Amino acid sequence: MAQILCRNVVLGYEGKAVVQNLNFEVNRGDYLCIVGENGSGKSTLIKALLRLKKPMSGEICMGDGLEADGIGYLPQQTVVQKDFPASVREIVLSGCLGRFGWRPFYGKAEKEMAAENMEKLGITHLAKRCYRELSGGQQQRVLLARALCATRYMLLLDEPVSGLDPAAVQEMYDLLGKLNHEDKITIIMVSHDIHAAAACSDHILHISEEPLFFGTKEDYVKTDIGKSYLSMTGGERRGKDA
Amino acid sequence: MARMLEIYFGYPFVRYAMIVGVLIALSSSLLGVSLVLKRFSFIGDGLSHVAFGAMAAATVLDVTNDMMVILPVTIGSAILLLRTGQNAKLKGDAVIAMISVGALALGYLFLNLFSRSANLTGDVCSTLFGSTAILTLSVLDVRLCVFMSVVVLLIFTIFYHRIFAVTFDETFAQATGMKADRYNLLIAVVTASVIVLAMKLVGSLLISALIIFPALSAMRIFKSFCGVTAASAVISVVCAASGILLSILASTPVGATIVCMNMGMFALCSLVGLLFAR
Repeated sequence: MAQILCRNVVLGYEGKAVVQNLNFEVNRGDYLCIVGENGSGKSTLIKALLRLKKPMSGEICMGDGLEADGIGYLPQQTVVQKDFPASVREIVLSGCLGRFGWRPFYGKAEKEMAAENMEKLGITHLAKRCYRELSGGQQQRVLLARALCATRYMLLLDEPVSGLDPAAVQEMYDLLGKLNHEDKITIIMVSHDIHAAAACSDHILHISEEPLFFGTKEDYVKTDIGKSYLSMTGGERRGKDA
Repeated sequence: MARMLEIYFGYPFVRYAMIVGVLIALSSSLLGVSLVLKRFSFIGDGLSHVAFGAMAAATVLDVTNDMMVILPVTIGSAILLLRTGQNAKLKGDAVIAMISVGALALGYLFLNLFSRSANLTGDVCSTLFGSTAILTLSVLDVRLCVFMSVVVLLIFTIFYHRIFAVTFDETFAQATGMKADRYNLLIAVVTASVIVLAMKLVGSLLISALIIFPALSAMRIFKSFCGVTAASAVISVVCAASGILLSILASTPVGATIVCMNMGMFALCSLVGLLFAR
């Protein structure tokens, strides 16, 4: 069974549809990139996938381990976080919170899990550092480690490279590729950087009020819409829509 | 000086003032960390003005136990403020400013129109700036305050990690299945209750100071949430205790003295923070 299955989903606010006729599925180990213009409903779709928003019609089914475990989410940075006094370890540990019901404190299992994920992302040496003093790339790694504490199966990333310098962007993409290949973690990435999306993902969902395309990357670059979008956004700078 | 303090502490009302002052300072500093980081620094100010308005209404209506009016009204406003914070039509800070000024004006108007008191200015002044209220506490007030502080401490300890998660990143917390709204509501209700109690100590105008200063001072020096929370509690207690002592010795107004101690502490912490940053 697919991890996520969207059937005829309509999303919107106050009775007004933003995205219609969404039909797609995500299977374990997929690397799906959701692309589209600003205002095409990407963020609404994210909320729906995180179950923070009910679809107006249609259904989103979760399966294959996702029912129990949920999705590890990497949100865009907020203003509040820019000067938040918190150590890296505190933030990574907070990813475990969704898992244990009413216990007030972290147990051994959570601490081990946090240590493991920090090791995996190469931030163990930063554990005691203050989050706001880290570079943009390091901060994203911290948030990624937190997301990994929340899930074993799927990561949902909202513009993960916006605001990063080119070297950090490449590192981030390499890291995501590694998590996808070696740990078989499903990755859904929302991005407007179509070139990077085409380079690293294996599936593409292109939305603009209605889904324009869903399928594998190989098919996408052959379609007219794929070709024109790739050439149209060729000159656009990365991270413009932060 | 030590002998003078010994004499003063022989009076039960001085001891009560000390206990209540320290406990309120402790509770409000704990809440302050979360409120300041969530950009809700002004909610203390807004709610204290609401509490002032409610107190004026209670005086006019001649309610025997004015807490029965003040507490529900303030808690209601706290919930309202946090709810509208998420509504895009009226922005959070604008709503706080509106409610704050509105309640202050209404309260003063009520007192002016209906009060039977001979010394209206004195009444208003003591409600706003605290003045002597803390030296006239009854045993019941002290017990209520101890109970309240224990509740706040318990809530804060039990939900510490969740409060951190909701403060740092509400969306992520919701995405992992936490009911972030409930924790916001909890913080709102506890904040309102502490403010109503703290009104006795420093008066409604200066409560904001008790909530924001310790957290801000602690943030100058400490870099982890745990460190900031602990330091904020210690700073607040030290400032409150020394402020009360100083106000007894120099016969200055209690609330204003405590706030001045806090301002001094903030300057000191900023300096230490700057030195360490080099």
